[in-house]
Amino acid sequence: MPEMLSLSNDPILFVSVMLAKILAVFIVVILIVAYATYAERKIIGRMQTRLGPTMTGPLGLLQPIADGLKLFFKEDIIPAQSSKLAFVLAPMMILVPAFITVAVIPFGGDIVVGGYTVSLQITDLNVGILYILAMAGLGVYGIVLAGWASNNKYSLLGGVRSAAQMVSYELAAGLSIIAVFMLSETLSLRGIIDAQAGSVLDWYVFSQPLAFGLFVITSLAEINRTPFDLPEAETELVSGFCTEYSSMKYALFFMAEYANMIVVSALTSTLFLGGPAGPFAGPINLLLKIFAFMFVFIWIRATFPRVRYDQLMFMGWKVFLPLALLNIVITGAVVVFL
Amino acid sequence: MSQAVVAKLKGAYAASVLEVKEYRDEVTVTVKKEDIVAICQFLKDEAGYNFLCDLCGVDYLGQEPRFEVVYNLYNITTKERLRVKVPVTEEEASVDTVSTVWSTANWPERECWDLMGITFNNHPDLRRILMPADWEGHPLRKDYPLQGPDRELYQGRIS
Amino acid sequence: MAKKETMTINMGPQHPSTHGVLQLVLELDGETVVSAVPHIGFLHRGVEKLAENRSYHRALPLTDRLDYLAPMSNNLGYVLAVEKLLGITDQIPERAKVVRVMMSELTRIKSHLVWLATHALDIGAMTVFLYCFREREDIMDMYEKLSGARMTSYYFRVGGLSLDLPDGFEDDVLKFIDGMPAHIDTYEGLLTGNKIWQKRTIGVAEISAEDAIDIGLTGPALRSSGVDWDLRRDNPYSGYEDYDFEVITREGCDTFDRYKARLDEMRESCKIIRQALDKLQPGPILADVPSVCLPAKQDVSNSIEGLIHQFKIISEGFKPEPGEVYQGIEAPKGELGYYIVSDGSANPFRMKIRPPSFVNLQALPQMIEGKLLADVIAAIGTLDIVLGEIDR
Repeated sequence: MPEMLSLSNDPILFVSVMLAKILAVFIVVILIVAYATYAERKIIGRMQTRLGPTMTGPLGLLQPIADGLKLFFKEDIIPAQSSKLAFVLAPMMILVPAFITVAVIPFGGDIVVGGYTVSLQITDLNVGILYILAMAGLGVYGIVLAGWASNNKYSLLGGVRSAAQMVSYELAAGLSIIAVFMLSETLSLRGIIDAQAGSVLDWYVFSQPLAFGLFVITSLAEINRTPFDLPEAETELVSGFCTEYSSMKYALFFMAEYANMIVVSALTSTLFLGGPAGPFAGPINLLLKIFAFMFVFIWIRATFPRVRYDQLMFMGWKVFLPLALLNIVITGAVVVFL
Repeated sequence: MSQAVVAKLKGAYAASVLEVKEYRDEVTVTVKKEDIVAICQFLKDEAGYNFLCDLCGVDYLGQEPRFEVVYNLYNITTKERLRVKVPVTEEEASVDTVSTVWSTANWPERECWDLMGITFNNHPDLRRILMPADWEGHPLRKDYPLQGPDRELYQGRIS
Repeated sequence: MAKKETMTINMGPQHPSTHGVLQLVLELDGETVVSAVPHIGFLHRGVEKLAENRSYHRALPLTDRLDYLAPMSNNLGYVLAVEKLLGITDQIPERAKVVRVMMSELTRIKSHLVWLATHALDIGAMTVFLYCFREREDIMDMYEKLSGARMTSYYFRVGGLSLDLPDGFEDDVLKFIDGMPAHIDTYEGLLTGNKIWQKRTIGVAEISAEDAIDIGLTGPALRSSGVDWDLRRDNPYSGYEDYDFEVITREGCDTFDRYKARLDEMRESCKIIRQALDKLQPGPILADVPSVCLPAKQDVSNSIEGLIHQFKIISEGFKPEPGEVYQGIEAPKGELGYYIVSDGSANPFRMKIRPPSFVNLQALPQMIEGKLLADVIAAIGTLDIVLGEIDR
């Protein structure tokens, strides 16, 4: 096995390979975000006995480009009474953490470039999961800022609701995956997929089914998706925290939502479904698993009504958190005594 | 059955009952406006008319008294209807509110005030309901123009 | 101790879930509603005053536009009231009565479909909205075949109907009601057993039977609070006494009960329509009252008497005796009442409409004070209001 490429053996090749990796991942994520909007509209349309986009380009495939252009050219309105700096910063504070979380997702095994081994992962932090949870926390900050800076009661209500929801469910999500670390004994994502590398039955979804279920549900609440999409409940709060936003900033909010969906799907695949393991080449396996999860999330959106705010809080603190703790205790007992 | 109720009413409030009419199987009792609350309470408790279907004002421009406030009552147990009418003069266009007897009278009385100009004494919240809050005039009165206060009459045919 | 400040939120006339132009000024303490004041009148068109300046026939299209989601019910109420005023209620032919019942029940299904679609959409279940509207399209196609218009049908006339049923209409109706129970089962499958739906609707927006009668609630909302009252059974009109149907009453008083009650009412409507189709016999569709009802079209084209007859009725109208009547019918939303006063002229002297949604909306502040903001939406949805009839 040739040596691992790093700054010490060939700095120029290292930097260019790193830039290539970042560019590749960024482009792939942006493309998936754009076409996730298309897929959502098509899939939900079909489930509702209607067609979805069909006119822009063949089968409506140019719809995301049309949407992007439209939002780009719209007038950018900043309310006079808002806090301008916070107002402009807020969408960026939501989008950036969503995108940079992808930096630690392993897309495949190792490949050989120019005589050195390069891993298909932008960087393998040895505290990968902690980094991801930290970025999720920064995302909360962005939403609260958006709600407060708009100087609008509906946005404020939306921002406050969202902050409380995300904080509660982050706790439950974080606790539910601790059991995974107990089994893999490492926080680095590469280590976790290596621990599941044996066969399909080694995937943590079979040894940790409760954690899997909890993580999927609490992540849905983290990313403000139906049935937990109260902060942007269109029928109650008009548009929640993004009521006052227009043009590109509004587009950034929605890109952030889909980017979060991708990150959550990627994370679930990595933690529970063995990441790049599977019959095809590494990245394709992971992408297939990501698409499967996104389909399920879109399906849930078409089917379920919205949970009320106090019921949401009740579930987060009194149902999911105790279940996650119970899972940790049981896993701990099994690990120590068996 | 309604005739029995009317007889009871006449027995209890003989001085107030002005007229009793029956048209197309419907009984209408015209009473004096001073005792309307007591009569309504009597009809609700003694005769079982626990549901006020409708409350409205009618403008008989040219007749004296000009207005009438009409109460359409219903008895849920015996499925009977009764109508009570109260004549109101233009100079003293006010009646006591019956929202203490049936809470459902609240909004219809507001509408009567808004569109007809009949005030209701002791109403909890008498303000305009259908017209804007700063509107002047009472549109459903017969002397209020159909096209509105500051427009010419519609030149085409209306009827 | 600092004084708790409440936030005033305006769910303005334009809002995705107020079902029309309703303004609700809410005072919120956090997420709890401290007080709610509805403001209406944004859709006031002066229907009652307009009716005073038109003849009885010409005032009929005004009623289509009241509860625009159930236009034939409004027409029916007005037409029955005028027929009562004229005293020709027992001269209406059998065929006209049966078709009136059939179309009223189809209208009931149509109105309840819109109610379910918008109520589910407000609570977040988007898909039910589109499924309900798909069924509603079938009903609107039938309306169009029958009267020429999808929404404001203007089909009933004083004395009977305006046109006879087109060919194949009965087959269309039969096909529709054969497929309807399966569709209602689909909606139930998506919603009734769904834990999230149950949590959003059970125990929400409750009102007891005494409060409901006192505040004037009617229709499915009242029947879900345990009061057994349906004008179709208790004060029957248009031949309803000959039909066999159940009056759906439930005891729970909350949103879930009203939801189930309206779904079951849709099933009962299908039963009634089936019985109506069996009763349908060929015959005249207009009463034989020359001063009121228009003559047959071939008489108008082929004889001078028919032409004069038509001309007189259209231009002068008919003049009922001085008097007053009140007719209440069981519209999909509650008791729709028409109080018509006649002074012997060709125009109604006073037409007062008692809209069910106007009176039902009075109950809203009682139902939501002390509850959460998300329940306000469920409460507005469950009352099933339509601003066209509230504001007239």
